[in-house]
Amino acid sequence: MTRRAVARTFVYLSLVLATVVVLLPLGVIVLTSFKSEREMADDSGALSLPGDLLNLHNYVTAFQDGEMLSAFANTAFILLFAVSGTVLIGSMTAYAIDRFTFRFRKLVIALFLVATLVPGVTTQVATFRLVNSFGMFDTLWAPIALYMGTDIVSIYIFLQFIRSIPVSLDESARLDGANAFTIYRKIIFPLLKPAIATVVIVKGITVYNDFYIPFLYMPSEDLGVISTSLFRFKGPFAAHWETISAGAVLVILPTLIAFLSLQRFIYNGFMKGATR
Amino acid sequence: MTDTTEAGPTGRSAARRKEPPPAPATGTPGPPPAPRGTRLWRGVTPWLFLIAPLALLLTFTYAPIANMVAYSFTDWDGVSPELHYTGAGNYTELLTRPELFEVFFVSGYYLAASALQIVAALYFATILSFNVRFRNFFKGVLFFPYLINGVAIGFVFLYFFQDGGTLDSVLSLFGVHTDHAWLGTPTSANISLAGVSVWRYMGLNFVLFLGAIQSVPGELYEAAELDGANRWHQFRYIIAPGIKPVLSLSVILSISGSLSVFEIPYIMTGGATGTETFVIQTVKLAFQFNKTGLASAAAVVLLLIVLAATWVQRRLVPDDRVDLV
Repeated sequence: MTRRAVARTFVYLSLVLATVVVLLPLGVIVLTSFKSEREMADDSGALSLPGDLLNLHNYVTAFQDGEMLSAFANTAFILLFAVSGTVLIGSMTAYAIDRFTFRFRKLVIALFLVATLVPGVTTQVATFRLVNSFGMFDTLWAPIALYMGTDIVSIYIFLQFIRSIPVSLDESARLDGANAFTIYRKIIFPLLKPAIATVVIVKGITVYNDFYIPFLYMPSEDLGVISTSLFRFKGPFAAHWETISAGAVLVILPTLIAFLSLQRFIYNGFMKGATR
Repeated sequence: MTDTTEAGPTGRSAARRKEPPPAPATGTPGPPPAPRGTRLWRGVTPWLFLIAPLALLLTFTYAPIANMVAYSFTDWDGVSPELHYTGAGNYTELLTRPELFEVFFVSGYYLAASALQIVAALYFATILSFNVRFRNFFKGVLFFPYLINGVAIGFVFLYFFQDGGTLDSVLSLFGVHTDHAWLGTPTSANISLAGVSVWRYMGLNFVLFLGAIQSVPGELYEAAELDGANRWHQFRYIIAPGIKPVLSLSVILSISGSLSVFEIPYIMTGGATGTETFVIQTVKLAFQFNKTGLASAAAVVLLLIVLAATWVQRRLVPDDRVDLV
């Protein structure tokens, strides 16, 4: 074999190995989710195939006893408000900062910039008291307000994008008698669509996956979102790995579907989000 | 310190604006000088757009920071109306009580793991930037863990490390029979958890690197190949300089990430067997032991470390990142 062929083999071997490392833990969970209680008890090991590949019993248990329906409903409610709020706030901020010159403009930009450096986990001790004093503790509004109010990344995504919209569009509309709000609503906002798509996807996935904020702010059982509801599986289903696995699969499945159908946007969105 | 971080980005943003500022409030070009009311209205307009965002920013980012700093000098328990000023007492306690300080050693595991993670991400980004079969499939597989819900990942790996779980079963396929409790001792548990964090986060680094590599024009590789450069040379002289900004960004993200690890260890071990991280400790201090003062001091320390790390990184790698504000 030539050196090149050896290198090539090594490349593919490493890729296959990485694929196994990523997929094996997930695959085993999928297998486990189809196993019956009896199969779990006999000593066949984690890698054995379930007897019945269409055994949905665990899924039913997970969905009903785990209160996954209300969890999905709560998550959807939070997603709807948090994501649309983020889009509105981000695009308004970007419009004001990019299209106007005003006093303290630099100060405003600096405030948003410095805020990106503050890791959200650190300030929760104090944020908690504040949210509590607003009476939002243990309501769905606490995470909504926090997701909306602390998302600076999406402001950046909008800012980057709004620069590419020619100012001449604003100006010709102004000559036609449009005021700033009409320009924002009728010209800027519609042209921001690609940026909006990016923000919706990135924010949507982040909110869907977040555990820390709902865990801290919504201890009530009926306010569980998918993260916290799944986390509660730890108690009642402690040794029932088949039910926990089914719950985990139920949570991962929507992400997988979103990923497969929106791949391109997702890569771009997370790249823009991280490099700010 | 704050001064330099503020001055840098702001100055840069001003320099980077290509177009002249559109329609200044004084409105010199175009229409004749507007009447006084209109001028006033124009000065107010941007603030109408900014009022809600700024209110949220101040309420949920700056007010908590200010409160946190204030609490950190008191012995407040978070509930009672009474609180006493204790000076730097909380900070002294934090730095002198060894059991409070130990959590920083746990961060060491995650820091080491993120070094490994960056190297692995670089490797995969490099090989997948060349022509490889099933490239999109591999790219998707490597990135997907980053999108998965943290609680689900926690459960997946609890089963993975469980006695007779995935890892033990795989090992026994290779004839290795072990009854090692992977999450049973502090060292083993921390290594396992750090491994999970590599599994979860490598995808993001990988996609960032891949994006940076692919933005290098293809002719460069062809030219290099004509000059007899091998893959290593191509990496060393073309890819490496091209991804320097993203690399430094990844380093800073891993430093602040390893200090603020929370989800994985909290979900998987709850901080037991020596896996307690800084954030878990802070959350416990604040919400279980009602030591708001001490917890605030801890949070301030973490915030300062993260800011310092960011500042050092900006010093070392002068900011020439693309597409910034």
